[in-house]
Amino acid sequence: MPDPTLPAPATPTGAAPAGALPIGAVPTGADAGRRTTPPGQRLPVLDVEGLGVRLGGRQVLSDVSFHLCQGEVAGLIGSNGAGKTTLLRAVLGLTPVSAGHVSVAGSRGRRPPVGYVPQKVVLDPDLPIRARDLVQLGQDGHRWGLPWPSAAKRAATEELLAGVGALHLADARVGQLSGGELQRVLVAHALAGGPRLLLLDEPLANLDLRSARDTVALLDCIARQQGIAVLMSTHDVNPLMGVMDRVVYLAGGRAATGPTADVVRSDVLSSLYGHHVDVLHAHGRVIVSIGDDAHRDDGCDAVPASAGVLADEPEPSRSGWR
Amino acid sequence: MSVLHAVFAPGFFSNGPVQAALVMGAVVALVCAPVGVLAVLRGQAFAGHAFADITSTGGSAAVLLGISPVLGFAASAAAGAASMEGLGARQRGDRDLVTGTVLGGALGLSALLLYLSTTRQGTSGATVSVLFGSIFAVSAANWPWVLSLGLPALAVVAAAYRPLLLGSVSPELAAARGVRARLVSAMYLGALAASVALSALTIGAVLSTALLVGPAAAALGLSSRPGRAMAWAGAIAVVSVWAGIVLAYDSYSWPPVGRGWPVSFFVVALVTAFYAVSRAGVRRRPRRQPAGRGS
Amino acid sequence: MLSGLFSAFMLHSWEATSVVAVAAGVVGFFVVLRGSTFAAHAIPQGAFTGAAAAALLGTSTLLGAGVFSFLAVGALARWGRRGRHDVVTALVLVIMLATGSLFLSVGSQYAQQTFSLLFGEPLAVSSAYLWPTVGLAAACTGLVLVSYRRLLLTSAAPELAGAGGVSPAAVNFWFLLAIGAATTLALPVVGALLVFSLMIGPPAAARSLTARPGVALGLSVLLALVTTWAALVGAYWSNWPLGFFVGVAAVLWYLLGRGAKAWGHRPRTAPAVGSSR
Repeated sequence: MPDPTLPAPATPTGAAPAGALPIGAVPTGADAGRRTTPPGQRLPVLDVEGLGVRLGGRQVLSDVSFHLCQGEVAGLIGSNGAGKTTLLRAVLGLTPVSAGHVSVAGSRGRRPPVGYVPQKVVLDPDLPIRARDLVQLGQDGHRWGLPWPSAAKRAATEELLAGVGALHLADARVGQLSGGELQRVLVAHALAGGPRLLLLDEPLANLDLRSARDTVALLDCIARQQGIAVLMSTHDVNPLMGVMDRVVYLAGGRAATGPTADVVRSDVLSSLYGHHVDVLHAHGRVIVSIGDDAHRDDGCDAVPASAGVLADEPEPSRSGWR
Repeated sequence: MSVLHAVFAPGFFSNGPVQAALVMGAVVALVCAPVGVLAVLRGQAFAGHAFADITSTGGSAAVLLGISPVLGFAASAAAGAASMEGLGARQRGDRDLVTGTVLGGALGLSALLLYLSTTRQGTSGATVSVLFGSIFAVSAANWPWVLSLGLPALAVVAAAYRPLLLGSVSPELAAARGVRARLVSAMYLGALAASVALSALTIGAVLSTALLVGPAAAALGLSSRPGRAMAWAGAIAVVSVWAGIVLAYDSYSWPPVGRGWPVSFFVVALVTAFYAVSRAGVRRRPRRQPAGRGS
Repeated sequence: MLSGLFSAFMLHSWEATSVVAVAAGVVGFFVVLRGSTFAAHAIPQGAFTGAAAAALLGTSTLLGAGVFSFLAVGALARWGRRGRHDVVTALVLVIMLATGSLFLSVGSQYAQQTFSLLFGEPLAVSSAYLWPTVGLAAACTGLVLVSYRRLLLTSAAPELAGAGGVSPAAVNFWFLLAIGAATTLALPVVGALLVFSLMIGPPAAARSLTARPGVALGLSVLLALVTTWAALVGAYWSNWPLGFFVGVAAVLWYLLGRGAKAWGHRPRTAPAVGSSR
């Protein structure tokens, strides 16, 4: 696709005119768009209250509370083993909750209106399923009976694929897509169910810098134009810095949550980690320095975050942070 | 005309058992094809094969008890499916272990039953006939059973088509869509057991695995659509069975004259050839260029 | 009743089954670890075909079983690298069985012979058979023990092994070869259909009882020995086929392992989800 601009996502819900905003310069454009709606008027979509999860006798999460409104993008930040996937699975209802509760707006019955993109989907290259089949399964994959072809379904599928800039991949086998391409198709699949909330588990892992930037821009665009709340986990805060309204920062099973500027601060993260943490801003990037050796065993992911070597973000408008 | 005679030996079309075999083989092939495509996609080829051997236990039991073999086949397939589901393993590696354990137990039992029937009744041919079957020995009395095993299997595949496909892409995606994974996989295991019992009953345990796995695996490379892949699998299976029957009929005049070569040998050879050709085609096919990547 | 168990005639059976059990226990440990259950089920069918071919040609059963096991191993290793493992395994299996049935139908075998090829006949182990058995068992046990660490590494983390200069494909080939050897020597004793039962039952229990690989390997051999000895006594006493006892014992071992795991379900250090610490 042509470099800096992404194809403007179509809007099946008709929430906003498609392509109304230039998307190329992501952070500023996004922030400008977001500022038009005061936070108070947004409807809450996800409410997590005092969430605790025990797995195999170990307390993986305790007392995690946050909420997410429609159209907001939230980053779920933490090193490997911090409980990011567990939190996402608890929101999906796939992991039993031992304390607190999770509620998704408009959820009735067994299937909450949540779209999910798992971290790693390994597919056989021979799988006789095309991208359009996978997106269609997002609409009706849970239904019984044989699918009947219909022009309406076909149009909806193509609109969803176009919305993520993957229409040209419609007839390719899903197993033969590259990581970034599969990511887009999976996002289209997740959107096919008409979700109010979109969960993504490490969507930026295994993507090169450009694909990662494109993915973030795409998700921001989806949130803004379709009013869908997006919660994505990542171990590096930087790629999300310009677009993220809220942060859920996990460490040691506990969480610091709130608007980005209120959480990614030295004092807040220091109290989360229980020892001194430096948060430095340099050249539009955030460097979270977790200097204690005791936490080095959290995994090597602490190192890129603290070294800040991953992201090469355009300068975000600092004043735009809440 | 002489060419036709060379291919179809005299009496081929007027032979009763041959006609029955052609019809029954086609029916079994068409039931196995969609079930087999899903078995391959879900990585359950081993379970598919295991059911074939497990039903041979039921066949041996039926021989010993003097009841209808069909009852034995169906009952043992159901018992096998139930115990696999009961021991149900979550991970794929463990699932193979469970399958292997159930299969081993069934084969052990099979050994005992065949031994007992050999010593008590002197029906020593039971081993070979149960394991290798003979499509030429299909009797018309089996038709009600064939239908009552085959139709439910197809019905399950049709009913759970979309959840099964989504689950074969990613169990996590299916769970997130609200698919009841446990129910769907139990239903599919039942369909697999029924279709394998049906094919083991009519064409023998060896052929049943070949028809379940081979055409399906060959078809995966031929179409990128799930429905069409199933259709291809059905076509390949029917062609293999029919050609195998023709060759087996012809082989009565091959050395050693008058004995005939087993149908299963020909069908397996044809199915394998289809698979090899399809794989070669896949390898030759240029890999799709990652489109739109260049700047 | 059991006095004849240790007669000179039975001595060969004791020796042969013990040798088979040691080899099956060692190889089986890695069969379970690597999830190669289906391959361990398919390769013996090759040995069965080889035995049928040997009967047709009038050569040694051991030689025929060995050659065809090797063919099956070669096909698995060659085709298994591309395409789906289980599909390739299933196809190799049916090719072998169909060829075996061809040999049986072309030749004029007695059904009794087929039966013993499939289900084994340990009470008729001859002394001429014993020494090749011991040699093969030593070879395949040695093969596994020599490549012990490589097998462990490629089982646990194939991509890690690849980075460390170990070729997973090569290791897999040698491992399949070890299965082939164990199969060949076990065929006349346990039979083609139940060799794999002996290979997966004891190791499955051993794996659940201890987390240390070395101890589990030893336990696996021990349980395999117990299985074959018990089966031999049972077969001698009842005159039923040995395979029956082996198959049932494998199920019992598996259930024991599951039970042990469920009973000792302590808080684990690594939870299943969300942590790779």
